Amino acid sequence: MSQKKTNISKKREPLSDRRKFILNMARGVGIAALSGFVWSAYVDEATASQLLLRPPGAIKEDDFLKTCIKCGLCVEACPYDTLMLAAPGDNDRPLGTPYFVPRDVPCYMCTDIPCVPVCPTGALDESSVSTDGKLDINIADMGLAVIDKESCIAYWGIQCDACYRACPILGKAITIEYDQNTRTGKHAFMKPIVHSDACTGCGLCEHACVTEKPAIFILPREIAMGKAGSHYIKGWDKSDEKRLEGATTKINTTEISKQKASDKLNGDMLEGLY
Amino acid sequence: MKYIWNNYRYLILRRVVQIGLLVLYFGANAWGWSVLQGNLSSSVIFGVIPMSDPYAALQMLAAGALLATNLLMGVAVATLFYLLVGGRAFCSWVCPINMVTDAANVLRSRLGFNRLANKQPASRKMRYWILGLSLIISAVMGVTAFEFISPISMLHRGIVFGIGFGWAAVVVIFLFDLFVLKNGWCGHLCPLGGFYSLLGKFSFIRVHHYEENCTLCMKCKEVCPEHQVLHMIGKKSIPVLSGECTNCARCIEVCDDEALGFSIRKLAEKKTGA
Ligand code: SF4
Ligand code: SF4
Ligand code: SF4
Ligand code: SF4
Repeated sequence: MSQKKTNISKKREPLSDRRKFILNMARGVGIAALSGFVWSAYVDEATASQLLLRPPGAIKEDDFLKTCIKCGLCVEACPYDTLMLAAPGDNDRPLGTPYFVPRDVPCYMCTDIPCVPVCPTGALDESSVSTDGKLDINIADMGLAVIDKESCIAYWGIQCDACYRACPILGKAITIEYDQNTRTGKHAFMKPIVHSDACTGCGLCEHACVTEKPAIFILPREIAMGKAGSHYIKGWDKSDEKRLEGATTKINTTEISKQKASDKLNGDMLEGLY
Repeated sequence: MKYIWNNYRYLILRRVVQIGLLVLYFGANAWGWSVLQGNLSSSVIFGVIPMSDPYAALQMLAAGALLATNLLMGVAVATLFYLLVGGRAFCSWVCPINMVTDAANVLRSRLGFNRLANKQPASRKMRYWILGLSLIISAVMGVTAFEFISPISMLHRGIVFGIGFGWAAVVVIFLFDLFVLKNGWCGHLCPLGGFYSLLGKFSFIRVHHYEENCTLCMKCKEVCPEHQVLHMIGKKSIPVLSGECTNCARCIEVCDDEALGFSIRKLAEKKTGA
């Protein structure tokens, strides 16, 4: 009887301090791991956007996300109210970071670029918008204008040069190409063309575009541009042709490919040739 | 009138400071005032003195960002300032969330929820875990983890820049503090409060208890949002040395017996030594 009693009381004995400590630790680590996963999943989602246009001088998006402290000093410095901080709930815009929507308010490319030097963190990098130590908004790279030729009415043959006129670096960033309108036989096409080497992505063209939804619009440069790859060489371009100088004449023999020709050409066949 | 002044003088002063700062920040964005520009993440005072959130900078460091000199200066100014006035003075004198959680707390005791559960089920150490976790996630994800979920910055940016307030987060905190856990957010979870608690261990201005005047009414412990820091009440004449004290001075003003007051750290230590 008494034996039984002690057995029961033994079972219900409170946990030893050591045991308690270990259990508490384990629970703490478990909860931390759980919240860590949820938290990082959320942060990953919240910072995934690639389509945002950043203020002039913004560093690479990856670095921008870790460097910008979300103070809004750039927003306050902009005299045109171009810049905004992303609000909660804008799920495709990383919370609190500055961006602009050119169709609403474009960047007017101030020559003194007031938004950049105020940035305390270097997320907006003065040196990336300076030439010889002087601020130079013309080398800013906020994005690149892209024309949808199917909705641009100038490509239809209707006279419009709204974007060309709006461009602060007209003649360089946008030019007009004349072409014969074979449909009417007596009119000319005056087609706007954007040049990626001069366009800053300010968006004045997008702002000015007369179509219902703009036929010219700004995209981040990495998204707007393709890449030919290093194995294509412009033989007619002296500086590009130079890349051939160090090339070897090693001959590769390969088996007959089982892949489709188009896959092969875009693949690795030419790799290592130069 | 005298009663109100005696019992609420610091509370009134705190609200004046909290709201005044919001007005100054708001004015900088809306009307171009230059007293206090930016937001709580990083500000410029009178257009010259930088002040930046050291916890945000710590996350940037963990995320692998380069810290600009300007930012480091701001961090130094903020750190020195809070070392002087008390780390968590930020929480009770500056942070806009404080007004939300204080409101929840008042309502909570009016409605009698406090009598429902005497023992708090959660540990106040959680904030330090969350602080550590935020740095780990920042390092792993390469972004400032807490800055992308911080309800403090959401609310503050919302008020200053008028961008969709982040109401949801604020409501969640209010309801959590009201129904779930007394002083839930500020006293248990907030890693920024945790950060300032750690800093506040070393800060200068402290609340001091004078045991000889104490009548053991315990009004101070009732009103204190971090009542564990007042363990010496009625026992010993020493300063409140825990960094978790917010220097809100509620205890000082509710005490009818002059058993609590502000003191400077050095003097306080001498007194206890003597
Ligand atoms: S360059 Fe001028 S218009 Fe453009 S974002 Fe900066 S301040 Fe605004
Ligand atoms: S000024 Fe710099 S740190 Fe502040 S919001 Fe703009 S980009 Fe971010
Ligand atoms: S975005 Fe448009 S207006 Fe601005 S530089 Fe480029 S082409 Fe010109
Ligand atoms: S000890 Fe006094 S000053 Fe410190 S948090 Fe508590 S009530 Fe506020």
